[in-house]
Amino acid sequence: MNQAIELPDPNSIPLEQIDVSDGRIYQQDAWRPFFARLREEAPVHYCADSAFGPFWSVTRFEDIVAVDTNHEVFSSEPAIVIGDMTEEMEVEMFIAMDPPKHDVQRRAAQPVVAPQNLAQMESLIRSRVCAILDNLPVGETFNWVDEVSINLTTQMLATLFDFPFEERSKLTYWSDVAAGSPEIAGGDVDQEERIPALMECLETFNRIWHERKGRDEGFDLITLLQRDPHTADLPDRPMEFLGNLMLLIVGGNDTTRNSITGGVLALNQNPAEYDKLRSDHGLIPGMVSEIIRWQTPLMHMRRTAKQDVELRGQQIKQGDKVVMWYLSGNRDESAIENADDFIIDRANPRHHVSFGFGIHRCMGNRLGEMQLRILWEEIMRRFSFVEVVGEPERVRSNFVRGYTNLPVKLHAL
Amino acid sequence: MPKITLIEFSGQDHTIDAEAGKSLMQNAIDNGVPGIDADCGGACACGTCHCFVSEDWLAATGEADAMEEAMLGMRPDRADNSRLACQIEVSDELDGLVVNLPEFQM
Repeated sequence: MNQAIELPDPNSIPLEQIDVSDGRIYQQDAWRPFFARLREEAPVHYCADSAFGPFWSVTRFEDIVAVDTNHEVFSSEPAIVIGDMTEEMEVEMFIAMDPPKHDVQRRAAQPVVAPQNLAQMESLIRSRVCAILDNLPVGETFNWVDEVSINLTTQMLATLFDFPFEERSKLTYWSDVAAGSPEIAGGDVDQEERIPALMECLETFNRIWHERKGRDEGFDLITLLQRDPHTADLPDRPMEFLGNLMLLIVGGNDTTRNSITGGVLALNQNPAEYDKLRSDHGLIPGMVSEIIRWQTPLMHMRRTAKQDVELRGQQIKQGDKVVMWYLSGNRDESAIENADDFIIDRANPRHHVSFGFGIHRCMGNRLGEMQLRILWEEIMRRFSFVEVVGEPERVRSNFVRGYTNLPVKLHAL
Repeated sequence: MPKITLIEFSGQDHTIDAEAGKSLMQNAIDNGVPGIDADCGGACACGTCHCFVSEDWLAATGEADAMEEAMLGMRPDRADNSRLACQIEVSDELDGLVVNLPEFQM
């Protein structure tokens, strides 16, 4: 793909030439008319030729739910992104497994992020959020992505794992390496860097696991995995151990990071909503759901048809890639009223597709929501305005909807 | 109208005049009963309307199908009497039904 080539006009090219797998569409924030046309004219759309080969796009909310809940026909194996990964290491991530193996592994990890456990971590997370916010410069321009979104997400990951705090940047590095291959996020991490990094991750967590064994207290993810009989021997199955770790690290990194940035941007683009928030901080929990919908930090999930199947009149063949565009489902007027608008006090804000549906639905959704809630509660206690003072710079990817730069200036209360 | 009692984890109970033909989830939402999120809106797709049906009512409320079983299977607090409220259709036969709500939805 040549970066100098301009994007086509989605409303003037033939329908069959529309290719929404091009990461530049999202980097340039140009996706809205592409998906508006697909939802209207070809809600189950076939792209015969793309950099990732042929694939189907499913763009309406209702159809996304139908595909996501039909795991008998739409498999999560071998991969859950458009590109097929050239996997040299058999890391076992249950996000890319079908039942029954998926169910067993997910069941073991799920209690770790259950709300009753999260509640035990809330005060520590809050104290770290406060420390970051208290050290920000007021009245100066700085990059919100680096100073807050990445910094905070990294600290939270370290908190959740009770990871050595001074070494916490390793977590972000491993996450970026694991998710940053060109096939997934359009990144530039090559396999020669990737494998040693993942092995270092595994070794580090093996060491932490053994150091922590027998400890009675603590609500960190490692201790909780040790306490559960299903996962107490996890390091004996290294690729499963690594897979679970990567899922917990990656799943909680880009998603939260970009929702933190996206919320600031959305409130700046919608000043009346910011005013609503200023006058009623009780709107924060609903606003958090709206931010997650509006941002849609993971734009798609892919399935592979296990058999020939008809969907909205289209004949999908066994082996075809079927991509559910969550980004589009979250803008579908037939499921969400005023779907293009950011409304922090929506009647039913949890009704969005950002977490997916069915057996692969986001496991850490309550954790992500809690982190965003705490952050916004503490922002509103300190600053009257997080003002965006420049254009955001976005990530080139068809999977992660993210930002590299958002210049802001803080105004004190 | 069948009367149905939903008991929050705190012990707070809510007896509602339910509408036959609608799901238990929809009836709970329409009556403002807290403790049910129903993120997917009743598609058996999110698992956030988890509830526990009292033993006496297990037969009358029927059995979970394969998809509901799959969704329930992901709940750490899943029990033998776990159901998704969106998959229980209210009828006059369910007059007097009692269900308990879990500590959390996820």
